[in-house]
Amino acid sequence: MLKKDTALELYHKILRIRIVEEKIAELYSQQEMRCPVHLCTGQEAIAVGVCAHLGKEDYVMSNHRGHGHYLAKGGDLKAMMAEIYGRSTGCSKGKGGSMHLTDLNVNFLGSTPIVGGIIPVATGAAFGIAMKDQDRLTVVFFGDAATEEGVFCESLNFAALKKLPIIFVCENNFFSVYSPLRVRQPKERDNLALAKAYGISGAKGNGNDILEVYQLMEKAVSDIKRGSGPYYLEFDTYRWREHCGPGYDNHLGYREESEFLKWRSLCPVEAYEKKMIEARMINEEQIKELKSKIEAEFEEAVVFAKKSPFPGAEDVFTEVYA
Amino acid sequence: MVSREITYAQAILEATDQCMASDPSVYILGLGVTDPNGIFGTTLGLEKKYGSKRVLDMPVAENGMTGVAIGSALVGMRPIMTHQRIDFMLLSLDQVINNAAKWHYMFGGQMKVPLVIRLLIGRGWGQGPQHSQSLQALFAHIPGLKVAMPTTPYDVKGLLVSAVRDDNPVIFIEHRWLYNITGNVPKELYEIPIGKAKNIKEGKDVTIVSSSYATLETLKAAKILEKFEIDAEIIDLRSIKPIDKKTILDSVAKTGRLVVVDGAWRSFGVSAEILALVAENSHGLLKRAPKRVAFPDVPTPTSWALARHYYPKVSDIVNTVRAVFDLPAQSEEQLGISYDIPLDVPDRKFTGPF
Repeated sequence: MLKKDTALELYHKILRIRIVEEKIAELYSQQEMRCPVHLCTGQEAIAVGVCAHLGKEDYVMSNHRGHGHYLAKGGDLKAMMAEIYGRSTGCSKGKGGSMHLTDLNVNFLGSTPIVGGIIPVATGAAFGIAMKDQDRLTVVFFGDAATEEGVFCESLNFAALKKLPIIFVCENNFFSVYSPLRVRQPKERDNLALAKAYGISGAKGNGNDILEVYQLMEKAVSDIKRGSGPYYLEFDTYRWREHCGPGYDNHLGYREESEFLKWRSLCPVEAYEKKMIEARMINEEQIKELKSKIEAEFEEAVVFAKKSPFPGAEDVFTEVYA
Repeated sequence: MVSREITYAQAILEATDQCMASDPSVYILGLGVTDPNGIFGTTLGLEKKYGSKRVLDMPVAENGMTGVAIGSALVGMRPIMTHQRIDFMLLSLDQVINNAAKWHYMFGGQMKVPLVIRLLIGRGWGQGPQHSQSLQALFAHIPGLKVAMPTTPYDVKGLLVSAVRDDNPVIFIEHRWLYNITGNVPKELYEIPIGKAKNIKEGKDVTIVSSSYATLETLKAAKILEKFEIDAEIIDLRSIKPIDKKTILDSVAKTGRLVVVDGAWRSFGVSAEILALVAENSHGLLKRAPKRVAFPDVPTPTSWALARHYYPKVSDIVNTVRAVFDLPAQSEEQLGISYDIPLDVPDRKFTGPF
């Protein structure tokens, strides 16, 4: 088990992402968040375990399912909610929405929803670091489907060629929208082996176990700091809710209810909570307190968002060119 | 400013060299930028001068490497990416259109992508369907991109400097048949603003709008038109996006006649856009319906026997202009046009392959 401070910090973060995502799901039916949302409920441990090892100076880039990454890196919650509500105080001034989050104060450079499209851009950020001889890391989060895109291999190749300070983090949730992994990749395929074929070190782990994610990331960072070049991490996990939107979609029949229930029982938040209680680092009372604190923070962010002005007609035409 | 005669290719090299010397964040990448030919001479000697860290040959991965260039631009670099054929870069349209063009806008103006993508277009020597496309309209259609297409050595240097210093992605299109033309170019670093056309020949009777290599042919046509006492004004666009509406409309207001010459397919392209622009703004000023000269809407054929019927010739420009004066078309013989070289090479000195 981790030191108590660190353990509590991780717990706060994972719980916060869970509560934010579930609250968004709750409020979405009000039809006021008028943009697609891809909730990461069930996948939170990866974002938290990975970002726990990053400093403010390190860059993170992400994808359409990016709320958790943004929050784990320290992105501002109010600015995120305002963005989802389409307000001018949003982190992208209402021009991006849930799929285009950014917070430059913490070097969360951006998330984009073209599958795989962010991987080479993150590789380029790492290349910029290398060209400027800076002491920073870049982390890019993507899903299993992104590894099917050509730019995944193109990025591995270039990152290895230039020994770039980048960690590729694949969150394998076994589905791309409704398409299961088995119809998309041969069962023999092993992305870690693929990365290794490029000379990139890496590891695979249980993405629902925050401590395992934390430990694997710790090793990745220390290897990179010793000059190993890029690193590849892959974590198995599962998205609880529908691909896009606030509901559950198991009734559609693209995945088995039993499979969902199995993963549901492997909840990363509950599993970690149990360990924390067992290690006597937190008790039920304190958990309750923490939950209401986060809920209050979320309410405050929603109030902020809803009270914020919408961008004006003139804003349609600004910021096309720098 | 001290000025001397150099080629278009040398002007590109000089602009790149001076931009790299004056700004350490400028770097170049592209297949072959370090090879012995140095992209037809436009990157020669730069690796020796600036090192392989800033002059970068790259993996054959156009889309991925464009993403890399974008990512590096986001964190403060100023990449100049080069593709030896525009056709090759089509693999990178995802990164160009989805990321480079939109990054500034979609994150509320907080980041910028100062990226230049040099694209070579060309014609001749049987380069055919996948080696000689002219796709300026494709890029000009995308909000967030700028598109430059200079014709002269003087303009190519100044516009490339502006492109490198611009905080936006700039598509920089160079016609291979311009590389050996010469012109006076100042030694010093100077800028020519993107989005400004140039009135390169004053005239009172008809406005001809053209760009890049088409402008050279238009100049030849204007010379022949003098024989018919038609005094043509020629607007060289230099930039396709933003397009210089004022210079075009002012000229049309003066002449009342318009012909657009575009080295690209006819439909849905730059020529269509200019006709629309004039129709919307100056319809009442036109004495005759405007016309255009462009490539037919078919892929570029390879055989030089076919290609000579594909590309519009100087005579086509002359006859199209004659048509807006209600004058009948004349044969090349009647126009006094004869060719002393095959039409699939830029000049007599050229020998294949490209």
